[in-house]
Amino acid sequence: MTESNSSRAFRAADGSPLAWKKPVFLLLLTAIVSVIYLSLDTRFVYLLVYGWFGVIYGIFLQYGRFCMASAVRDLFAVGVPRMAVGVLIAVIIYAVISAFVQEAGVNTFNPHPLGWHILIGGTLFGLGMVVAGGCASSTLYKTGEGNLGSILVLFSISFSQAWLVSTDWFSNWIPQSWAETAAAEADTLSLVTESPGWFDQFTAGYLWQLSGTTAQDYLGLPANLFGYLLGNTFVVAVVPTLILIALLYIYNYRKMYLRQHPADNHSIAYELKGVWSMIIQSKNTAIAGLGLGVFAGLQMFVTGELREYYEIFNFGELLAEMGYTNGLSIQDTVFDPGYWYITTQEAQWAGWAMDKAGMDVSGNLFFGLENGLPSPLLNAPGMMSVGIIVGAAVIAIARKEFKWKLPNTETAILAIAGGILMGFGARIGMGCNIGAFFATVTNGDISGWIFLIGMALGGYLSVKALKAWIDWRLSKEEFDF
Amino acid sequence: MAIKIKETVKFEKLEDGKFQLDVRSYVCPHVQIYAEKALKKIGSGDEITIVFDNPSSGESIRYLCANNGDEILQDTESAGTFTWKIRKA
Repeated sequence: MTESNSSRAFRAADGSPLAWKKPVFLLLLTAIVSVIYLSLDTRFVYLLVYGWFGVIYGIFLQYGRFCMASAVRDLFAVGVPRMAVGVLIAVIIYAVISAFVQEAGVNTFNPHPLGWHILIGGTLFGLGMVVAGGCASSTLYKTGEGNLGSILVLFSISFSQAWLVSTDWFSNWIPQSWAETAAAEADTLSLVTESPGWFDQFTAGYLWQLSGTTAQDYLGLPANLFGYLLGNTFVVAVVPTLILIALLYIYNYRKMYLRQHPADNHSIAYELKGVWSMIIQSKNTAIAGLGLGVFAGLQMFVTGELREYYEIFNFGELLAEMGYTNGLSIQDTVFDPGYWYITTQEAQWAGWAMDKAGMDVSGNLFFGLENGLPSPLLNAPGMMSVGIIVGAAVIAIARKEFKWKLPNTETAILAIAGGILMGFGARIGMGCNIGAFFATVTNGDISGWIFLIGMALGGYLSVKALKAWIDWRLSKEEFDF
Repeated sequence: MAIKIKETVKFEKLEDGKFQLDVRSYVCPHVQIYAEKALKKIGSGDEITIVFDNPSSGESIRYLCANNGDEILQDTESAGTFTWKIRKA
């Protein structure tokens, strides 16, 4: 079985040679679009870097069937640790490269403010990702596999976020203290709105009062490679990751390994071989973890270098220089994290569409002050999300796994409901499995582990609920499974 | 007799010791949850053919089989639809 797996690495899923015409055509088309952008203005290279890193992420995500939702979910649902191991590999690699990127002085990461919102957001996100059938990143790669249910999830994540940050539905529910603190920020608030909504009060009255930090900073370690590697990489990423790998091995994989490799003496070397066998058990996943870790680190480096070259802090400045001022925030900025991120740009897509439909979505801090509402054609991180879909489609078609799949009614309803929960969770927790977890724990910010605890909790509850739902449905159909 | 759940999940006994589970149009984790249930349901030595079109579920099913010692006799794929034949240990 293992042999057939490895010999299939560069073949289609059915073992035949890869299909190459359509994938090459798709890549050529993407290249032509890139050339058109560059012919309009060479400074669009900044946007294209996002897009092409997206293509690379898409290729690895589909190749490794890399789904962070399943890291948590399949562990609880069916006891499979494959994906959890893959994510942990990616975390270690990304964290090591991040330290070097920071030493090079071009690290684009900003720590997230620490607070209860991360746990709450993570839990909502975890509930949603199991219901929807995938997290924010796997929704994109599955869209590239032709899964139309995933497109529903994508719409749902996008619009639920845009709605949440611009609605005043929950304005009566917020704590008095937030309102009072937010009132003290009235000068800033009045720049975008005269009547702050609940998310504005949450942002100004709560989030702005919190602070975040990296371990290197918090522990007072020197701001050099040694400090970054020790504080950010080792303490925040490597140690928790190794502990989790050990727990996965002891409580999940070891039983199977002992049965398959009977031995009288369970020495340390024997156990380590067992751990290694767990890591390489799914080669595709391990390779994807490695690749994603490397390129996620590289993206920060390349974008950081481009910022230095153009002498900017934010893509909004470049857009303004190029004459595209529509959709910039009042600070002339747009959302431009400089690293892998997913949900905020999707909120912008929906916000832009709602704005075009005549709804007031820019009179809030989230779009009006911080992220802007650029046209999707000028949305650099948005191009990364498009790139993920393209990259996934390229490899799915090449491996003959592409298929237009219509969701059945149950899947469609769950897709929309799960997408809404993920959208709400992402806005409250300040990101998804990528922005709030993957990009933070790899840059010395422990907030990502808190998000993961929330994701695991939400995922666990959601798996229990989903299994109960399936059992109830089976019993109702008098179907003895 | 084939039993269908709202025309979406189909689990049927083809002949003695041979079963089929059709979970096309389902995504994660439904596919692997149904696969696990079906594998529990059938007897030792029985064969089951699982038909699904969500590629990532295959990874989890492969692990489930390895964990239980079930043998994957055949795993074919055609135009995005996967057909796996498994013999329960």
